[in-house]
Amino acid sequence: MPKIKVKRASTTIDMTAMCDVSFLLLTFFILTATARQPEPLPVDTPASTVQIKVPDGNLGTITIGDNGKMFFGVTGPNVRVRMLERMSEKYSIGFSQQEKERFSLMEGFGVPMGNLKQIIAMDNNERGKPGLQPGIPSDSTGNNPSELHEWIIAARYATKEVNNAEMRVAIKGDAKEQYPAIKKAIDILQGQKINKFSLVTNLRTEDYGN
Amino acid sequence: MAELNTGGKQQPRVDLTAMVDLAFLLITFFMLTTSLAKPHAMDVAMPDKDKENKDDNLEVADNRSMTVLLGANNKIAYYMGQLENPIDGPTVVDYGKNGIRPVLLEKLKSVQAATGKGLIVIIRPAETSNYRNLVDILDEMKIVNATQYTIGDIGEAEVELLKEQGIN
Repeated sequence: MPKIKVKRASTTIDMTAMCDVSFLLLTFFILTATARQPEPLPVDTPASTVQIKVPDGNLGTITIGDNGKMFFGVTGPNVRVRMLERMSEKYSIGFSQQEKERFSLMEGFGVPMGNLKQIIAMDNNERGKPGLQPGIPSDSTGNNPSELHEWIIAARYATKEVNNAEMRVAIKGDAKEQYPAIKKAIDILQGQKINKFSLVTNLRTEDYGN
Repeated sequence: MAELNTGGKQQPRVDLTAMVDLAFLLITFFMLTTSLAKPHAMDVAMPDKDKENKDDNLEVADNRSMTVLLGANNKIAYYMGQLENPIDGPTVVDYGKNGIRPVLLEKLKSVQAATGKGLIVIIRPAETSNYRNLVDILDEMKIVNATQYTIGDIGEAEVELLKEQGIN
């Protein structure tokens, strides 16, 4: 009797197509992901249960940490250049085209106006050294408002001119920062009638505490 | 492309399973990090500040107002009504689920029942409190759904109170 041979189907699947697709997706995600810029002042933000994300553009961030040091940064290279131009008029410090270009790539900074040129001249790694940048002066001297106040105003005008949009302000404070430092920043904002702003936080669940 | 028949030899096949695994692992990683890395933002609205009349404090009904003083060492002192003549308190509590939250929930309910209006919470952080405390209490407001709250400045008498309670 002749045996009936059942042809066994092969268990191996051709993975080539799947491999192609997955690598295509992988390439897409790698390219679209924005590289994280090193922060000039690393802070440990407190956690909250709020789910709303920080807006992408038209945002000025005041970073407070390391015993009341204040740093400031605004989104968008064009806005940064315009902000610097306004500030250089205000304080009569000229900046070359190259310096403006370098400044437009800086995520944030924390130096008095007089030392800004030195910081711009440094490369990214040098700038990030802890303790190098002393923070933007936030105390008003006599009748002159503080430098931080001027930076925020310049950023708001620049955002309006470049993007025709209102700049939102976010405060990114270190969790261990004492309240007076935060209050100072809030007072500066309220001094220019910004009564609504955001506090940057991490995520946690509702069941914290004990 | 036509293949040359070289003696019926089987074409060498590479097992791509491991490669696909790896690729999908990386895809998952990049997908999650791009959307999760964005920090969250808590919106705060401060009351309008009038530089001319600094003493122009908003009067609120005593039986509806609850003042929350943020002290040192992650402690809170709260009282209802006026400081000189508090309706309830001052009491020292902790932050979180078993601290201020049940108090707030209870007050929200009792004030609503007694007056028919919502509870007004006045948050006054002391100089010894830190930023985490402020964010925690604002978060607590969101969790218990207290809609009427404001951040104010602490007064001398209230600092004294915190000292008495040993949390300044």
